[in-house]
Amino acid sequence: MTATDLHVDGVTLTAGARRLVRDVSLTARPGETVGLVGPNGSGKSSLLRAVYRVLRPDAGRVRVDGGDAWSLPVRRLARTVAAVVQDAAADFDLAVREVVAMGRTPHKRLLDGDTPEDACLIESALVAVGAGGLADRPFGRLSGGERQRVLIARALAQRPALLVLDEPTNHLDIRHQLEVLGLLRSLPATVLVALHDLNLAAYYCDRLYVLKDGEVTASGPPADVLTPRLLAEVYGVAGEVVLHSRTGRPHITFLPGEAAPGAGEAPEARPGGVG
Amino acid sequence: MTRTAADPSAGRGVPRQRPARPGAGRSPLTAALLVLTALLAGSVTAGLAIGSVQVPPGQVWGILTHALGADWADPGWSRAWETIVLDVRAPRVLLGAVTGAGLAVVGTALQALVRNPLAEPYLLGVSSGASLGAVAVIVFGVTWLGPLSLSAAAFAGALGALLLVYATARTGGRITSARLILSGVAVASVLTAVMNLLLLTTDRGNEARAVLAWTLGGLGGVGWSALWLPGSALLLGIAVLVAQARNLNLLLAGEEAATTMGLDVARFRARLFVLLSLITGTLVAAAGPIGFVGLMTPHIVRLFVGGDHRRVLPTAALGGAVFLVWADIAARTVAAPVEIPVGVLTALCGGPFFLWLMRRDTRRGTDRGVA
Repeated sequence: MTATDLHVDGVTLTAGARRLVRDVSLTARPGETVGLVGPNGSGKSSLLRAVYRVLRPDAGRVRVDGGDAWSLPVRRLARTVAAVVQDAAADFDLAVREVVAMGRTPHKRLLDGDTPEDACLIESALVAVGAGGLADRPFGRLSGGERQRVLIARALAQRPALLVLDEPTNHLDIRHQLEVLGLLRSLPATVLVALHDLNLAAYYCDRLYVLKDGEVTASGPPADVLTPRLLAEVYGVAGEVVLHSRTGRPHITFLPGEAAPGAGEAPEARPGGVG
Repeated sequence: MTRTAADPSAGRGVPRQRPARPGAGRSPLTAALLVLTALLAGSVTAGLAIGSVQVPPGQVWGILTHALGADWADPGWSRAWETIVLDVRAPRVLLGAVTGAGLAVVGTALQALVRNPLAEPYLLGVSSGASLGAVAVIVFGVTWLGPLSLSAAAFAGALGALLLVYATARTGGRITSARLILSGVAVASVLTAVMNLLLLTTDRGNEARAVLAWTLGGLGGVGWSALWLPGSALLLGIAVLVAQARNLNLLLAGEEAATTMGLDVARFRARLFVLLSLITGTLVAAAGPIGFVGLMTPHIVRLFVGGDHRRVLPTAALGGAVFLVWADIAARTVAAPVEIPVGVLTALCGGPFFLWLMRRDTRRGTDRGVA
């Protein structure tokens, strides 16, 4: 598993008449962990969909490893890019091991069997997400958090050079949130991850992109990006940002009782938006 | 800030698991296949032996091996027995096996393609589409494709019905159970109504009565010539589906996830819809619409071999064959000398199974459609 770079150049995405993302550019260098943050409906998921080749850009390009992601065959791209998506899985009595084994598919030709090497990769992917003991359990009987970890293991078994994750910490308790994000950071692969929790994003990401209404409003290292001003502008909330004395990372304390600076222009929450 | 410092899981010992053998953890596929093959051989023997004239199983095997060119068996049987076994019962029993296997694999694949455990060709109106196509050919006396006309029309009808149900059931990229079954029932009702209309208004009264019996699903009165088309379609279908088993597995993860694992979902689904319609069309043209085999068989074999299509497809094919051979034996014996259409019997077993499945899925909370 090696790392690759990712270049999103001026991508615009629409769904029918609705514009989801407008002229967004983003880069991730090999091995970097890049976070995508922003309010609900700001276009995070849509942008990720364009990267993992589900939502075709109306304008702009997505380049992975120097090539256009959208001109590669789906299978070729799947050997480089893996994703953990927000999409309910059907319950068809698959064992956890079989779910993770799906990740090997893009590396297989017609009628190829599972090799001992595959079994090893599957096992170590499960162990990496702390789900080694679940291998023989039915996937349908797992808790939400266990499922999420198994889906991350499936993406790991794909041995991607770029890993794209949409809210991977959903359904996870705090310990597993920390473990999963720590694992992502320790991977040699490049990681692009959409996160809700700004403090976790600040702690685990090398750089952040902040999306608002489908456009990038700020980007850079967390300490530069996460400011009280940005919290007010993008989220319409008041907060204090300090560099934490033990982690050395920016830490946000929200101040719900106080009006956000410049709250007059605070954006309204958009109901039913896509995260 | 270095990477290791930011990794809270670093240094936390995770117990190392023994790497398991590939395919371990489920009852072995080979055992299931052996048992089912033995069952199928026994069922076929029973199908050839049982009937208004009983032929002892030993003699059945003698007649079979003799017909295949082995002369070690002492031909101590009557010519009448030979005719009954080889010309009357063998094509019927084999068509039963082929139909059962075909419906089971079509059901298995459909359940993955529409991501719904209640999918099967009969409930989704695919069989009705095939029936309408076949009836239209008979009523209007179409012979453009010679002897292939009937199967070709059944194939076209099946594909049309499948596409219609799929298009109406799908909203916002998802298919809920409720919409799927409702679309299937609606499409099947309309197609069946049109078919009945054709049959009732045709001036070929005698043919219409024969066709009406066929629309209940039955294997009676078939000859060897009826076997080639469904047999070839079945073999082709199983070969393609087994080769695509990994991709069928991917669909279980959801369409977006399947795409990220390298599957061109739209193209894959379009191709398989054509293949499944081909199998269903040729089967329905030969044996009439037979319901619920495609629903029950995959679910029952999944209980034994799990959900991986590399294991489900071959076991479902054998299991469906065994089931329909026995259903046909029952169809011609329980009310002898009256013969019951086999489709009536499969519906008697399948209806309650469907209800049980629906309740189970609601309990498990997997029925996203209603929840």
